[in-house]
Amino acid sequence: MYVAWRDLRFARGRFALIGAVVALITLLVGFLSGLTGGLAAQNVSAVLALPGDRLVLQPTADAAATFAESAIDDSTVAAWRAAPGVESVTAVGISQARAEGPGGSAGVALFGLDSPAFGVSAAGVDEVGLSSAAATALGAGVGDTVTLAGAAFRVSSIGADLSYSHTPVLALTPGAWRALDERLGGTGAATVLAVTGTPAWDEVAAETGTTASAPLSSLTALPTFRSEIGSLALMIAMLFGVSALVVGAFFTVWSMQRAGDVAVLKALGASTPALVRDALGQALVVLVLGVGVGIGLTALLGALAGGALPFVLNPLTTLAPAAIMIALGLAGAAVSLRTVTSSDPLTALGSTR
Amino acid sequence: MILLDDVTLTYPDGDARVTAVDRVTLEGRSGVLTGITGPSGSGKSSLLALAATLVRPDSGRVMIAGTDATRLSRSQATTLRRESIGIVFQQPQLLPALTAREQLRVMAELGGSGRRERRALVRGRVDELLDAVGLAAVADRRPAQLSGGQRQRVAIARALVHEPSVLLVDEPTSALDTARGAEIMGLLARLTHERQTATLLVTHDLVHREALDETVEVVDGRAALVTTRTR
Repeated sequence: MYVAWRDLRFARGRFALIGAVVALITLLVGFLSGLTGGLAAQNVSAVLALPGDRLVLQPTADAAATFAESAIDDSTVAAWRAAPGVESVTAVGISQARAEGPGGSAGVALFGLDSPAFGVSAAGVDEVGLSSAAATALGAGVGDTVTLAGAAFRVSSIGADLSYSHTPVLALTPGAWRALDERLGGTGAATVLAVTGTPAWDEVAAETGTTASAPLSSLTALPTFRSEIGSLALMIAMLFGVSALVVGAFFTVWSMQRAGDVAVLKALGASTPALVRDALGQALVVLVLGVGVGIGLTALLGALAGGALPFVLNPLTTLAPAAIMIALGLAGAAVSLRTVTSSDPLTALGSTR
Repeated sequence: MILLDDVTLTYPDGDARVTAVDRVTLEGRSGVLTGITGPSGSGKSSLLALAATLVRPDSGRVMIAGTDATRLSRSQATTLRRESIGIVFQQPQLLPALTAREQLRVMAELGGSGRRERRALVRGRVDELLDAVGLAAVADRRPAQLSGGQRQRVAIARALVHEPSVLLVDEPTSALDTARGAEIMGLLARLTHERQTATLLVTHDLVHREALDETVEVVDGRAALVTTRTR
């Protein structure tokens, strides 16, 4: 790194420029990752909070299972409860409605289930539990009254920040949810079963005509999630590609410019591994600084925008993209190593630079 | 010392091969500045490339510090250059980002084994060598801030800082005026004698012939000892 450090100091303008480009790409990637995380949380955090090893859905006759269309009748619920290896089955009803609270009205996701482990729960038939986002949207606190389809419910608790399909969660007891769903035109059948235990998942699913998948895998049963996150993930992937390309192009041009220096160093006795270490070390310094600045800016802007945008700031949306950026940038820079390894020290003799 | 023993070097030229060096035997002894002269295209630079282990001869041996360089792998030859050979190029070939002092220190940072020992050796000799070539006052300047003669002096100091037994010099005065050329030749002669290096110096410029201890003339790839001077 002896020559690399001095090159960095000597050509600081050029390296600052590429560092700034890396920082800007990192900012874009970080911001998109945070936004993706935020949108994903708004879409599926309630699904991921369901207390089951697998989530069971009922496909329709002509389509794959989706949360929107799944309706599980009581006999299917009973079949799952009776299956060997099953420890618990929580039947969950999911629907969406408009709620009115003391501070305003908002669209909410109604979750009918009996499980304190969910994070939001109702204590009694005439009561609801609000997610923190629902409480904010409705301007409601514990003891306040919330109206759903003309029926009044007392807020018994305010729980975790859970959302489903971009609407905040409001929890009811299974009985209250069924009555409300029927009043809203539904069948009152459970939407999904959260099952724990170690049954023969595929066999039971086949016998009952349902699907049983891990909570993460089941997210594909939310069509909006698939298209929304898919689009954002594609953008992030393309930015990763652009980043590797930009860094690779810069270091390739840089290596070509200093091919004469490399030939001289080889003629003087520099080992190729030392020159490779020098080149990759230089790229690593630029990448770490650029990515560091980019992630810092992402964190700053994310913290500022957190209230206005669905933005999640955590290691998965900052450190993971940063690590990928650095790894891909190094891969791009590695392309330039060909100039270093193929440089002929003989060219240093008699060359005029 | 360095010995090129009956070496032949040919280059491809279309379907044929051109003989650049034809069965040359040449010895460079410790403390002796040997000039290799001859017209353009006579094979002087090819001889230097052979001596620098940058090319391998078709036949013959190149003995450097007791090692037959023709039997070494590429990485072993690199190690031999790093440890036993100093090279002064036709142009100074200094690294633009490094100060004069750093141009010398870089010789300790070329990788390979024995880095710690080499670092200690080189770092202890940098200032002494810069002083020896008269550049102590400009040690912190980069190449762009030095004159042509000063750059060539830095290159000479760089070639000697790791205490090589062999010093190879390629047309060191080609870019300098007569007065500065004479200075550089005098400096090379002094350092060769003081540091007991076996120095081979390629030149077509016979103006500075008086600085050489021996002169070997190369014509059409063949070499002949022309003059030897006793000091």
